[in-house]
Amino acid sequence: MYGKGLRPLSIATVALLAVGLSLVFFYAPLETDQGFIQKIFYLHVPLAIVALVGFVIGGLFAIAHLRSGNRKWDAYSYVSIHMSVIFGVAVLITGSIWAKASWGHWWVWDEPTLVSFLIVFLMYATYYPFRYAIEDPERQARYASVFAITAGAFVPLNFMAVRMAQSLVHPRVFATANGGLPGSMLLTFLFCLAAIGLLWVTLVKFELTAKSASGQVKRLRRALDAPAPGTSSRIAPEVS
Amino acid sequence: MLALLASAPALPLGEGGKYVAGAYIVFLVLIVVYVAIMAAKLQRIEKELGELASFAEQRKGEERDKVGAGV
Repeated sequence: MYGKGLRPLSIATVALLAVGLSLVFFYAPLETDQGFIQKIFYLHVPLAIVALVGFVIGGLFAIAHLRSGNRKWDAYSYVSIHMSVIFGVAVLITGSIWAKASWGHWWVWDEPTLVSFLIVFLMYATYYPFRYAIEDPERQARYASVFAITAGAFVPLNFMAVRMAQSLVHPRVFATANGGLPGSMLLTFLFCLAAIGLLWVTLVKFELTAKSASGQVKRLRRALDAPAPGTSSRIAPEVS
Repeated sequence: MLALLASAPALPLGEGGKYVAGAYIVFLVLIVVYVAIMAAKLQRIEKELGELASFAEQRKGEERDKVGAGV
């Protein structure tokens, strides 16, 4: 059920990523201030936006879970957060590389954008031990949903707080002052944002399909009354 | 790959190029590692399905033998 449409989605993602990368390296002009290292921006910023939006989406799925009691929404929430954490790792690494190239340091502690993203990332890193510390699947899903909603609400608040902060060392993508991005850069950026967004959707669908297959195998095993396999998986939650 | 990079003069690999290459390679490596982990999971599922199929066939065969023996 979850695997339906995965192949065209994957093809579209690969195509969009290829076009996006081509635009980055062969169409978008070199930025006068930062030069070639500004190309990292087309990867780093879309990854950050998609990761943060993914955390919020995880919270919305968690609301659906608490409202309906359907475990499917808990699985959606889990996978959304899981994927956003992976994207978050990419954001932190690419951001550090950018910082080293641009500022000469791998990390700057007085830059609110960096530190706030690290706080959000670390907060979501606690989601896994929090979730797996609870044995009962029903309670696990319920508590994880409460966590996802609370943390999901924190993400936009955190974003607004950073925007209101005074330090503007960190470049702004859609600056209201000084004109913002020129057309060709904006087009490339929006293309990359769409490609990374589609990649997130594809990987979420891919993971949900794998979890669904795993759940179906376990159901089949129970129905056949077959002996359990040697290793038990702690991948939660299951999708049937 | 090196020949391709050498024939792409638009890529100033001597300046900040190593950082740009590093960032994009990190992204690619993360995706590849994720896909590899998922492939391993799918392989495990496939193996379990194979075990279940042979278990079901074995049980069906036992039931057929019981019917044949008039039990």
